[in-house]
Amino acid sequence: MNGSLAILGDFGEAVEFIFKERPSVSGDVMIGGIPELAGFGLTHMYVSIAAVLIAAALAIPLALWLGHIGRGDFLATATSNVGRAVPSLALLAFFISFVGLGYTNVILVLVLLAIPPLITNTYVGMRGVDRDLVDAARGQGMTGMEIVRKIELPLALPSIFGGLRTSAVNVVATATIAPLANVQTLGEPIITPQTYGFVGQLGAAIVVAVITVAVDFLFARLQRAVTPAGLKLTEPTGRRYFSLPTRRRLKSP
Amino acid sequence: MIPPLAQTSIGQPGGSDKCVENNGFCPDWIVDNIDRYWTPLLEHVYLTVLPVTIGFAISLALAILAHRRRWLTGPIITITGIFFAIPSIAAFFLLQPITGLGYTTAMVALVSYTLLIIFRNITTGLRNVPAETRDAALGQGLTERQVLFRVELPLAVPEIMAGLRVASSTTVGLAALALYAGAGGLGAEILRGDDKFFKSNVVVAGGLAVLLAAVLDLLILTVQRWMTPWQRART
Repeated sequence: MNGSLAILGDFGEAVEFIFKERPSVSGDVMIGGIPELAGFGLTHMYVSIAAVLIAAALAIPLALWLGHIGRGDFLATATSNVGRAVPSLALLAFFISFVGLGYTNVILVLVLLAIPPLITNTYVGMRGVDRDLVDAARGQGMTGMEIVRKIELPLALPSIFGGLRTSAVNVVATATIAPLANVQTLGEPIITPQTYGFVGQLGAAIVVAVITVAVDFLFARLQRAVTPAGLKLTEPTGRRYFSLPTRRRLKSP
Repeated sequence: MIPPLAQTSIGQPGGSDKCVENNGFCPDWIVDNIDRYWTPLLEHVYLTVLPVTIGFAISLALAILAHRRRWLTGPIITITGIFFAIPSIAAFFLLQPITGLGYTTAMVALVSYTLLIIFRNITTGLRNVPAETRDAALGQGLTERQVLFRVELPLAVPEIMAGLRVASSTTVGLAALALYAGAGGLGAEILRGDDKFFKSNVVVAGGLAVLLAAVLDLLILTVQRWMTPWQRART
Protein backbone atom coordinates (compact mmCIF):
# COMPACT_ATOMS: atom_id res chain seq x y z
CA MET A 1 0.00 0.00 0.00
CA ASN A 2 1.42 3.41 -0.84
CA GLY A 3 1.75 6.37 1.53
CA SER A 4 -1.32 8.37 0.63
CA LEU A 5 -3.61 5.37 0.95
CA ALA A 6 -2.18 4.64 4.38
CA ILE A 7 -3.15 8.16 5.49
CA LEU A 8 -6.70 7.60 4.24
CA GLY A 9 -6.66 4.30 6.12
CA ASP A 10 -5.85 6.01 9.44
CA PHE A 11 -8.64 8.53 9.05
CA GLY A 12 -11.04 5.90 7.72
CA GLU A 13 -10.44 3.69 10.72
CA ALA A 14 -10.80 6.66 13.08
CA VAL A 15 -14.18 7.53 11.57
CA GLU A 16 -15.21 3.90 11.90
CA PHE A 17 -14.17 4.04 15.58
CA ILE A 18 -16.60 6.94 16.08
CA PHE A 19 -19.56 5.07 14.65
CA LYS A 20 -18.89 1.41 15.42
CA GLU A 21 -17.85 -0.47 18.54
CA ARG A 22 -14.64 -2.49 18.41
CA PRO A 23 -12.50 -4.51 20.83
CA SER A 24 -9.96 -2.50 22.84
CA VAL A 25 -6.20 -2.82 22.29
CA SER A 26 -5.95 -5.59 24.87
CA GLY A 27 -9.16 -7.11 23.52
CA ASP A 28 -11.02 -7.46 26.81
CA VAL A 29 -13.54 -4.59 26.49
CA MET A 30 -15.51 -2.98 23.69
CA ILE A 31 -14.61 0.61 22.86
CA GLY A 32 -15.80 3.33 20.51
CA GLY A 33 -19.15 3.59 18.80
CA ILE A 34 -21.85 6.19 19.18
CA PRO A 35 -23.18 5.20 22.67
CA GLU A 36 -19.78 5.43 24.36
CA LEU A 37 -18.76 8.65 22.61
CA ALA A 38 -22.17 10.21 23.32
CA GLY A 39 -21.57 9.52 27.01
CA PHE A 40 -18.17 11.22 26.85
CA GLY A 41 -19.74 14.04 24.84
CA LEU A 42 -22.44 14.67 27.45
CA THR A 43 -19.85 14.90 30.23
CA HIS A 44 -17.78 17.19 28.01
CA MET A 45 -20.75 19.49 27.40
CA TYR A 46 -21.81 19.39 31.04
CA VAL A 47 -18.47 20.57 32.46
CA SER A 48 -18.04 23.12 29.64
CA ILE A 49 -21.48 24.71 29.97
CA ALA A 50 -21.26 24.78 33.77
CA ALA A 51 -17.85 26.47 33.61
CA VAL A 52 -18.84 29.12 31.07
CA LEU A 53 -22.06 29.94 32.94
CA ILE A 54 -20.32 30.28 36.30
CA ALA A 55 -17.51 32.35 34.79
CA ALA A 56 -20.01 34.62 33.01
CA ALA A 57 -22.05 35.10 36.18
CA LEU A 58 -18.92 36.16 38.04
CA ALA A 59 -16.97 38.11 35.43
CA ILE A 60 -19.55 40.00 33.37
CA PRO A 61 -21.30 41.91 36.21
CA LEU A 62 -17.92 42.83 37.72
CA ALA A 63 -16.55 44.08 34.40
CA LEU A 64 -19.80 45.92 33.60
CA TRP A 65 -19.52 47.80 36.86
CA LEU A 66 -15.82 48.56 36.40
CA GLY A 67 -16.46 49.66 32.84
CA HIS A 68 -19.33 51.88 33.93
CA ILE A 69 -17.32 53.71 36.57
CA GLY A 70 -14.25 53.66 34.30
CA ARG A 71 -11.85 52.10 36.76
CA GLY A 72 -10.09 48.90 35.91
CA ASP A 73 -7.73 49.45 32.98
CA PHE A 74 -5.11 47.66 35.01
CA LEU A 75 -7.34 44.75 35.99
CA ALA A 76 -8.55 44.24 32.41
CA THR A 77 -5.01 44.13 31.02
CA ALA A 78 -3.52 42.14 33.90
CA THR A 79 -6.14 39.37 33.93
CA SER A 80 -5.82 38.78 30.21
CA ASN A 81 -2.01 38.70 30.43
CA VAL A 82 -1.91 36.35 33.40
CA GLY A 83 -4.76 34.24 32.01
CA ARG A 84 -2.85 33.58 28.81
CA ALA A 85 0.49 32.96 30.47
CA VAL A 86 -0.68 30.02 32.61
CA PRO A 87 -0.82 26.87 30.47
CA SER A 88 -4.13 25.01 30.91
CA LEU A 89 -2.26 21.75 31.46
CA ALA A 90 -0.16 23.32 34.23
CA LEU A 91 -3.26 24.75 35.90
CA LEU A 92 -5.08 21.41 35.79
CA ALA A 93 -2.02 19.54 37.07
CA PHE A 94 -1.63 22.07 39.87
CA PHE A 95 -5.24 21.59 40.98
CA ILE A 96 -5.00 17.80 40.75
CA SER A 97 -1.88 17.64 42.89
CA PHE A 98 -2.92 20.22 45.49
CA VAL A 99 -6.73 19.92 45.60
CA GLY A 100 -7.60 16.57 44.09
CA LEU A 101 -9.46 14.82 41.28
CA GLY A 102 -13.06 15.06 40.17
CA TYR A 103 -15.76 17.20 38.63
CA THR A 104 -15.55 20.13 41.02
CA ASN A 105 -11.87 20.67 40.39
CA VAL A 106 -12.17 20.33 36.63
CA ILE A 107 -15.01 22.87 36.55
CA LEU A 108 -13.01 25.18 38.82
CA VAL A 109 -10.02 25.05 36.45
CA LEU A 110 -12.25 25.71 33.44
CA VAL A 111 -13.92 28.65 35.23
CA LEU A 112 -10.50 30.16 35.91
CA LEU A 113 -9.63 29.80 32.22
CA ALA A 114 -12.92 31.33 31.10
CA ILE A 115 -12.82 34.43 33.30
CA PRO A 116 -9.98 36.52 31.76
CA PRO A 117 -11.41 36.91 28.22
CA LEU A 118 -14.82 37.74 29.70
CA ILE A 119 -13.45 40.47 31.97
CA THR A 120 -11.25 41.97 29.27
CA ASN A 121 -13.88 41.94 26.53
CA THR A 122 -16.71 43.23 28.70
CA TYR A 123 -14.53 46.01 30.06
CA VAL A 124 -13.12 47.01 26.68
CA GLY A 125 -16.65 46.90 25.21
CA MET A 126 -17.95 49.23 27.93
CA ARG A 127 -15.04 51.64 27.55
CA GLY A 128 -15.51 51.63 23.78
CA VAL A 129 -18.94 53.24 24.10
CA ASP A 130 -18.88 56.80 22.79
CA ARG A 131 -18.65 59.15 25.81
CA ASP A 132 -20.85 61.69 24.02
CA LEU A 133 -23.69 59.15 24.00
CA VAL A 134 -23.34 58.58 27.72
CA ASP A 135 -23.27 62.33 28.37
CA ALA A 136 -26.35 62.83 26.20
CA ALA A 137 -28.17 60.08 28.11
CA ARG A 138 -27.20 61.65 31.42
CA GLY A 139 -28.36 65.04 30.12
CA GLN A 140 -31.76 63.52 29.37
CA GLY A 141 -32.01 62.56 33.01
CA MET A 142 -31.18 58.85 32.87
CA THR A 143 -29.88 57.30 36.07
CA GLY A 144 -26.61 55.35 36.19
CA MET A 145 -28.51 52.07 36.05
CA GLU A 146 -30.53 53.19 33.05
CA ILE A 147 -27.39 54.27 31.22
CA VAL A 148 -25.87 50.83 31.74
CA ARG A 149 -29.02 49.01 30.69
CA LYS A 150 -30.14 51.15 27.75
CA ILE A 151 -26.93 52.61 26.34
CA GLU A 152 -23.73 50.93 27.43
CA LEU A 153 -24.79 47.28 27.62
CA PRO A 154 -26.41 47.11 24.16
CA LEU A 155 -23.40 48.78 22.57
CA ALA A 156 -20.96 46.56 24.47
CA LEU A 157 -22.85 43.33 23.67
CA PRO A 158 -20.87 42.42 20.53
CA SER A 159 -17.64 42.67 22.48
CA ILE A 160 -19.08 40.72 25.43
CA PHE A 161 -20.17 37.96 23.07
CA GLY A 162 -16.69 38.03 21.54
CA GLY A 163 -15.42 37.26 25.04
CA LEU A 164 -17.99 34.49 25.49
CA ARG A 165 -16.87 33.02 22.19
CA THR A 166 -13.21 32.97 23.18
CA SER A 167 -14.05 31.53 26.60
CA ALA A 168 -16.35 28.85 25.25
CA VAL A 169 -13.83 27.70 22.65
CA ASN A 170 -11.01 27.64 25.22
CA VAL A 171 -13.13 25.75 27.73
CA VAL A 172 -14.37 23.12 25.27
CA ALA A 173 -10.79 22.63 24.06
CA THR A 174 -9.38 22.34 27.56
CA ALA A 175 -12.12 19.98 28.76
CA THR A 176 -10.33 17.48 26.50
CA ILE A 177 -7.61 16.98 29.13
CA ALA A 178 -10.16 16.56 31.96
CA PRO A 179 -9.69 12.74 32.00
CA LEU A 180 -6.34 13.44 33.72
CA ALA A 181 -8.54 14.39 36.70
CA ASN A 182 -10.77 11.30 36.28
CA VAL A 183 -13.59 13.13 34.50
CA GLN A 184 -14.40 11.15 31.38
CA THR A 185 -14.84 13.70 28.65
CA LEU A 186 -14.17 13.21 24.94
CA GLY A 187 -10.46 13.33 25.79
CA GLU A 188 -10.69 9.89 27.45
CA PRO A 189 -9.51 8.01 24.33
CA ILE A 190 -6.71 10.58 23.87
CA ILE A 191 -5.43 10.25 27.43
CA THR A 192 -5.63 6.44 27.58
CA PRO A 193 -3.99 5.12 24.40
CA GLN A 194 -3.22 1.84 26.16
CA THR A 195 -6.93 1.01 25.82
CA TYR A 196 -7.97 3.02 22.78
CA GLY A 197 -4.87 2.93 20.59
CA PHE A 198 -3.96 5.54 17.99
CA VAL A 199 -7.22 4.99 16.10
CA GLY A 200 -9.19 5.92 19.22
CA GLN A 201 -7.01 8.97 19.80
CA LEU A 202 -7.48 10.14 16.22
CA GLY A 203 -11.23 9.45 16.33
CA ALA A 204 -11.63 11.47 19.53
CA ALA A 205 -9.48 14.26 18.05
CA ILE A 206 -11.80 14.46 15.04
CA VAL A 207 -14.90 14.69 17.28
CA VAL A 208 -13.30 17.35 19.53
CA ALA A 209 -12.18 19.41 16.52
CA VAL A 210 -15.63 19.31 14.92
CA ILE A 211 -17.33 20.31 18.18
CA THR A 212 -15.04 23.27 18.90
CA VAL A 213 -15.32 24.60 15.35
CA ALA A 214 -19.11 24.29 15.70
CA VAL A 215 -19.06 26.15 19.03
CA ASP A 216 -16.90 28.88 17.50
CA PHE A 217 -19.28 29.19 14.56
CA LEU A 218 -22.35 29.25 16.83
CA PHE A 219 -20.93 32.06 18.95
CA ALA A 220 -19.88 34.00 15.86
CA ARG A 221 -23.52 33.87 14.72
CA LEU A 222 -24.75 34.88 18.19
CA GLN A 223 -22.29 37.75 18.23
CA ARG A 224 -23.62 38.96 14.91
CA ALA A 225 -27.21 38.54 16.11
CA VAL A 226 -26.76 40.70 19.22
CA THR A 227 -24.98 43.48 17.36
CA PRO A 228 -27.28 46.53 17.24
CA ALA A 229 -28.28 47.33 13.65
CA GLY A 230 -26.49 50.66 13.77
CA LEU A 231 -23.19 49.03 14.60
CA LYS A 232 -23.39 46.46 11.81
CA LEU A 233 -22.58 49.14 9.26
CA THR A 234 -19.14 49.59 10.77
CA GLU A 235 -16.53 46.89 11.13
CA PRO A 236 -17.44 43.85 13.25
CA THR A 237 -15.90 43.95 16.71
CA GLY A 238 -14.48 40.46 16.44
CA ARG A 239 -12.31 38.95 19.12
CA ARG A 240 -11.05 41.92 21.02
CA TYR A 241 -9.26 39.58 23.41
CA PHE A 242 -6.50 39.05 20.89
CA SER A 243 -5.45 42.62 20.57
CA LEU A 244 -4.05 43.86 23.83
CA PRO A 245 -6.10 46.80 25.03
CA THR A 246 -3.50 49.49 24.61
CA ARG A 247 -3.88 52.71 26.53
CA ARG A 248 -4.92 54.48 23.36
CA ARG A 249 -7.79 52.11 22.69
CA LEU A 250 -9.06 52.06 26.26
CA LYS A 251 -9.27 55.79 26.72
CA SER A 252 -12.08 57.53 25.01
CA PRO A 253 -10.96 60.36 22.75
CA MET B 1 3.84 20.25 56.55
CA ILE B 2 6.79 22.38 57.57
CA PRO B 3 8.20 20.37 60.52
CA PRO B 4 8.82 17.14 58.51
CA LEU B 5 10.48 19.28 55.88
CA ALA B 6 12.86 20.72 58.41
CA GLN B 7 13.68 17.26 59.72
CA THR B 8 14.52 15.77 56.38
CA SER B 9 16.75 18.65 55.49
CA ILE B 10 19.06 18.01 58.44
CA GLY B 11 21.75 15.77 57.02
CA GLN B 12 19.46 13.12 55.60
CA PRO B 13 20.55 12.19 52.11
CA GLY B 14 17.28 10.30 51.56
CA GLY B 15 15.19 13.42 52.14
CA SER B 16 14.39 13.94 48.48
CA ASP B 17 13.04 10.44 47.98
CA LYS B 18 10.83 10.77 51.00
CA CYS B 19 9.41 13.92 49.47
CA VAL B 20 8.31 11.97 46.39
CA GLU B 21 6.81 9.28 48.61
CA ASN B 22 4.80 11.81 50.61
CA ASN B 23 3.91 13.79 47.48
CA GLY B 24 5.08 16.95 49.19
CA PHE B 25 6.17 20.33 48.04
CA CYS B 26 9.78 20.61 49.13
CA PRO B 27 12.51 23.03 48.09
CA ASP B 28 15.09 20.31 48.80
CA TRP B 29 13.78 18.04 46.12
CA ILE B 30 13.60 20.94 43.69
CA VAL B 31 17.22 21.93 44.30
CA ASP B 32 18.36 18.30 43.93
CA ASN B 33 16.41 17.73 40.72
CA ILE B 34 16.50 21.07 38.96
CA ASP B 35 18.93 19.72 36.34
CA ARG B 36 16.35 17.53 34.70
CA TYR B 37 14.27 20.56 33.73
CA TRP B 38 16.82 22.27 31.47
CA THR B 39 16.27 20.07 28.42
CA PRO B 40 12.44 20.30 28.55
CA LEU B 41 12.74 24.05 29.11
CA LEU B 42 14.99 24.41 26.06
CA GLU B 43 12.57 22.29 24.03
CA HIS B 44 9.79 24.56 25.20
CA VAL B 45 11.69 27.71 24.18
CA TYR B 46 12.24 26.13 20.78
CA LEU B 47 8.54 25.14 20.55
CA THR B 48 7.55 28.75 21.24
CA VAL B 49 10.10 30.96 19.50
CA LEU B 50 10.18 29.07 16.20
CA PRO B 51 6.38 28.86 15.64
CA VAL B 52 5.93 32.53 16.54
CA THR B 53 8.74 33.56 14.17
CA ILE B 54 7.42 31.46 11.28
CA GLY B 55 3.86 32.54 12.07
CA PHE B 56 4.94 36.17 12.03
CA ALA B 57 6.61 35.80 8.62
CA ILE B 58 3.53 34.15 7.10
CA SER B 59 1.10 36.62 8.74
CA LEU B 60 3.15 39.62 7.60
CA ALA B 61 3.12 38.35 4.02
CA LEU B 62 -0.64 37.70 4.22
CA ALA B 63 -1.30 41.11 5.80
CA ILE B 64 0.67 42.97 3.12
CA LEU B 65 -1.22 41.00 0.47
CA ALA B 66 -4.57 41.82 2.13
CA HIS B 67 -3.52 45.46 2.46
CA ARG B 68 -3.30 45.67 -1.33
CA ARG B 69 -6.35 43.52 -1.98
CA ARG B 70 -8.84 44.31 0.76
CA TRP B 71 -11.32 41.59 -0.23
CA LEU B 72 -8.82 38.93 0.88
CA THR B 73 -9.07 40.01 4.54
CA GLY B 74 -12.38 38.24 5.18
CA PRO B 75 -11.43 34.84 3.74
CA ILE B 76 -8.01 34.91 5.46
CA ILE B 77 -9.64 35.61 8.84
CA THR B 78 -12.22 32.86 8.30
CA ILE B 79 -9.61 30.24 7.39
CA THR B 80 -7.08 31.16 10.11
CA GLY B 81 -10.05 31.41 12.51
CA ILE B 82 -10.88 27.75 11.88
CA PHE B 83 -7.22 26.80 12.50
CA PHE B 84 -7.43 28.77 15.71
CA ALA B 85 -10.65 27.13 16.90
CA ILE B 86 -9.37 23.55 16.50
CA PRO B 87 -7.91 22.62 19.90
CA SER B 88 -4.15 22.09 19.76
CA ILE B 89 -4.43 18.68 21.36
CA ALA B 90 -6.78 17.58 18.54
CA ALA B 91 -4.53 19.13 15.88
CA PHE B 92 -1.54 17.20 17.22
CA PHE B 93 -3.39 13.95 16.47
CA LEU B 94 -5.05 15.06 13.23
CA LEU B 95 -1.62 15.86 11.76
CA GLN B 96 0.09 12.67 12.89
CA PRO B 97 -1.02 10.45 9.98
CA ILE B 98 0.54 13.07 7.66
CA THR B 99 3.60 14.40 9.47
CA GLY B 100 4.26 11.63 11.99
CA LEU B 101 5.21 11.88 15.65
CA GLY B 102 7.62 14.66 16.53
CA TYR B 103 8.63 18.26 16.04
CA THR B 104 7.14 18.70 12.56
CA THR B 105 3.63 17.95 13.77
CA ALA B 106 4.01 20.23 16.79
CA MET B 107 5.43 23.03 14.62
CA VAL B 108 2.72 22.91 11.96
CA ALA B 109 -0.03 22.98 14.60
CA LEU B 110 1.56 25.74 16.69
CA VAL B 111 2.30 27.94 13.64
CA SER B 112 -1.32 27.62 12.54
CA TYR B 113 -2.45 29.03 15.90
CA THR B 114 -0.34 32.17 15.70
CA LEU B 115 -1.65 33.18 12.25
CA LEU B 116 -5.04 34.61 13.26
CA ILE B 117 -3.64 36.54 16.23
CA ILE B 118 -0.73 38.14 14.39
CA PHE B 119 -2.58 38.72 11.11
CA ARG B 120 -5.43 40.52 12.88
CA ASN B 121 -3.07 42.80 14.74
CA ILE B 122 -0.96 43.71 11.70
CA THR B 123 -4.14 44.50 9.74
CA THR B 124 -5.53 46.63 12.58
CA GLY B 125 -2.20 48.44 12.89
CA LEU B 126 -2.07 49.24 9.19
CA ARG B 127 -5.67 50.47 9.21
CA ASN B 128 -5.10 52.73 12.18
CA VAL B 129 -2.50 54.78 10.31
CA PRO B 130 -4.18 58.19 9.81
CA ALA B 131 -5.16 58.92 6.22
CA GLU B 132 -3.46 62.35 6.45
CA THR B 133 -0.13 60.70 7.26
CA ARG B 134 -0.46 58.48 4.21
CA ASP B 135 -1.44 61.44 2.06
CA ALA B 136 1.47 63.50 3.32
CA ALA B 137 3.88 60.67 2.47
CA LEU B 138 2.40 60.27 -1.01
CA GLY B 139 2.55 64.04 -1.45
CA GLN B 140 6.25 64.00 -0.68
CA GLY B 141 6.67 61.70 -3.64
CA LEU B 142 6.95 58.30 -1.93
CA THR B 143 5.75 55.32 -3.95
CA GLU B 144 3.07 52.98 -2.56
CA ARG B 145 5.77 50.48 -1.58
CA GLN B 146 7.82 53.15 0.17
CA VAL B 147 4.74 54.38 2.03
CA LEU B 148 4.10 50.83 3.24
CA PHE B 149 7.63 50.09 4.44
CA ARG B 150 8.69 53.54 5.64
CA VAL B 151 5.45 54.97 7.02
CA GLU B 152 2.62 52.50 7.53
CA LEU B 153 4.49 49.48 8.92
CA PRO B 154 6.65 51.53 11.34
CA LEU B 155 3.52 53.27 12.65
CA ALA B 156 1.82 49.89 13.06
CA VAL B 157 4.67 48.55 15.24
CA PRO B 158 2.83 48.92 18.58
CA GLU B 159 -0.14 46.85 17.35
CA ILE B 160 2.11 44.31 15.64
CA MET B 161 4.13 43.90 18.83
CA ALA B 162 0.95 43.55 20.88
CA GLY B 163 -0.01 40.71 18.54
CA LEU B 164 3.39 39.07 18.98
CA ARG B 165 3.04 39.28 22.75
CA VAL B 166 -0.35 37.60 22.70
CA ALA B 167 0.91 34.99 20.23
CA SER B 168 4.00 34.16 22.27
CA SER B 169 2.21 33.74 25.60
CA THR B 170 -0.55 31.69 23.93
CA THR B 171 2.03 29.48 22.24
CA VAL B 172 3.84 28.83 25.53
CA GLY B 173 0.55 27.49 26.87
CA LEU B 174 -0.26 25.40 23.82
CA ALA B 175 3.29 24.01 23.58
CA ALA B 176 2.68 22.48 27.02
CA LEU B 177 0.48 19.98 25.17
CA ALA B 178 3.11 19.25 22.49
CA LEU B 179 3.98 16.07 24.37
CA TYR B 180 0.95 14.56 22.61
CA ALA B 181 2.68 15.24 19.31
CA GLY B 182 5.78 13.53 20.67
CA ALA B 183 7.69 16.79 20.85
CA GLY B 184 8.48 16.95 24.57
CA GLY B 185 8.56 20.33 26.27
CA LEU B 186 7.61 21.20 29.84
CA GLY B 187 4.22 19.50 29.45
CA ALA B 188 5.96 16.14 29.13
CA GLU B 189 7.68 16.92 32.42
CA ILE B 190 4.37 17.79 34.12
CA LEU B 191 2.91 14.44 33.09
CA ARG B 192 6.08 12.41 33.65
CA GLY B 193 4.81 8.89 34.25
CA ASP B 194 6.55 7.72 37.41
CA ASP B 195 5.63 10.74 39.54
CA LYS B 196 2.38 11.88 38.01
CA PHE B 197 1.15 15.08 39.63
CA PHE B 198 3.89 15.05 42.24
CA LYS B 199 3.48 18.50 43.81
CA SER B 200 7.09 19.73 43.64
CA ASN B 201 7.37 18.61 40.02
CA VAL B 202 4.10 20.23 38.95
CA VAL B 203 5.07 23.51 40.57
CA VAL B 204 8.53 23.64 38.97
CA ALA B 205 7.49 22.54 35.47
CA GLY B 206 4.35 24.73 35.45
CA GLY B 207 6.20 27.62 37.06
CA LEU B 208 8.94 27.48 34.41
CA ALA B 209 6.30 27.71 31.67
CA VAL B 210 4.73 30.80 33.28
CA LEU B 211 8.20 32.29 33.75
CA LEU B 212 9.05 31.63 30.11
CA ALA B 213 5.85 33.40 29.01
CA ALA B 214 6.69 36.39 31.22
CA VAL B 215 10.30 36.62 30.00
CA LEU B 216 9.30 36.45 26.33
CA ASP B 217 6.62 39.09 26.94
CA LEU B 218 9.15 41.41 28.54
CA LEU B 219 11.62 40.77 25.73
CA ILE B 220 9.10 41.72 23.03
CA LEU B 221 8.07 44.78 25.03
CA THR B 222 11.71 45.87 25.23
CA VAL B 223 12.14 45.46 21.46
CA GLN B 224 8.97 47.51 20.97
CA ARG B 225 10.26 50.36 23.17
CA TRP B 226 13.49 50.33 21.21
CA MET B 227 11.71 50.33 17.84
CA THR B 228 9.31 53.17 18.67
CA PRO B 229 11.37 55.98 20.18
CA TRP B 230 8.64 58.50 19.34
CA GLN B 231 6.27 56.86 21.80
CA ARG B 232 8.87 57.02 24.53
CA ALA B 233 9.31 60.75 23.98
CA ARG B 234 5.60 61.34 24.31
CA THR B 235 5.07 59.69 27.67
